[in-house]
Amino acid sequence: MFSIPVFLESFGPLFWAARNTLLISVLGIGLGLIIGTLICAARLSPYGALRRFAAIWVSFLRGVPLLVQLLVFYYTLPVIGLDVPAFFAAIVTVGICASAYISEIWRGAIAALPKGQAEAAIAIGMSPVDIWRRVILPQAFSMSLPALVNELILLVKASSLVSVVGIMEVTRASQAQAATTFRPLEVYLAAACIYLLINLCLAVLGRYLEHRTAV
Amino acid sequence: MQASSVEISKVNKFYGPFHALKDVDLSIPPGKVTCLIGPSGSGKSTLLRCINFLEAYDSGEIRIDGDLIGYEVPGKRMSGRRLREMRRGIGMVFQQFNLWPHMTARENVAEGLIRVRGMSKSEAESRAGEALTKVGLADKMSNHPSRLSGGQQQRVAIARAIAMEPRLMLFDEPTSALDPELVGEVLNVMKTLASEGMTMVVVTHEMGFAAHVADQVAFMEKGELVGVDSPDRILHQPQDPRIQAFLRTYHERNSI
Repeated sequence: MFSIPVFLESFGPLFWAARNTLLISVLGIGLGLIIGTLICAARLSPYGALRRFAAIWVSFLRGVPLLVQLLVFYYTLPVIGLDVPAFFAAIVTVGICASAYISEIWRGAIAALPKGQAEAAIAIGMSPVDIWRRVILPQAFSMSLPALVNELILLVKASSLVSVVGIMEVTRASQAQAATTFRPLEVYLAAACIYLLINLCLAVLGRYLEHRTAV
Repeated sequence: MQASSVEISKVNKFYGPFHALKDVDLSIPPGKVTCLIGPSGSGKSTLLRCINFLEAYDSGEIRIDGDLIGYEVPGKRMSGRRLREMRRGIGMVFQQFNLWPHMTARENVAEGLIRVRGMSKSEAESRAGEALTKVGLADKMSNHPSRLSGGQQQRVAIARAIAMEPRLMLFDEPTSALDPELVGEVLNVMKTLASEGMTMVVVTHEMGFAAHVADQVAFMEKGELVGVDSPDRILHQPQDPRIQAFLRTYHERNSI
């Protein structure tokens, strides 16, 4: 029988673990934004070698499942003599994986801008740096906001994968709890509610930002 | 205001194998209005875009007040910095307006003054206000482009160009994207500019504007400059059969 008290009690430890889920997702997307922006810049640069590097980066990271990337990265570190905490490895892997998608989100938004936007700035004599800073990026950013929020929501869900390297986030915490209480249904349903709650909040935040930057 | 002259000589432009401009020669006198007319695809917009080097011509020379634009010497590109300096003196207005949608009308006009002319924000905004007042939009300064009609947007675009105090203005089909009832307000602003002695080069399908405002009209077809003369001689007594054919279809299309 489904027990409501057990279901409600399961939330306690899971809320605590949700901190890690959020930390990994938010730091992951932060790192992904930084790397993704650099990769996008490389992809659009006039240098062939940089463009090829960025293209390979994107197709490799989009072509390999995050779980496999996580395992490869996690087990590569000791081989090359790096002793880093699993938590750090997880954030880096999630961030690198996100960078591939984020660079494509930027690239799509920039490509969707009418050419005339930059031309108008060129015609009045603005420098390339000012054109990017004042004309292209602000518009590309507001255009890509929905896709970026979407990516963040995907990351929150994908962060359940880092449970395989032993990090106590929502999924792993619920597994541990189910194993000790023998009440898997109540516990996993509570975990599902927590993911849903996080992602609904993110969606609302996204809509608010979109509204604010609407042009 | 000092007005520029433009000397175009033997200019060629290729897009791959397509010969877009063929040995074009054209002299644009200071303080006068030159209209470029011709069928679509004839190269008139390309020629206009070569004047501020938005489009790189492949051979020949374009000189603005004697200074070669785009190249240091024929065949050697000039630095980006030098090219930007030359573009400061050339205003451009586009068919699609190309206003920046994330900025208000005033910010659109002030942006170049701040970034290119190095003005303070308050100085730029007051100058932007003057330019917008001049084009009749004093009451629309805080509107974003999406809250303006096409004719108003194009007038903001003109204000953005004239606020930079150019000595030469290029217009690339400035009224082609407008609803017919909004064309007049834009042409009126252009007439005012012309009467103040601005050098203007206008790619247009508005034959009325060409007839009444232009000092000279150049007709292009298939990348060639077929003829350049007074509006009266091009539009009312054309000698070349290609100009006659173009005007015939124009009159047929516009007769009721």
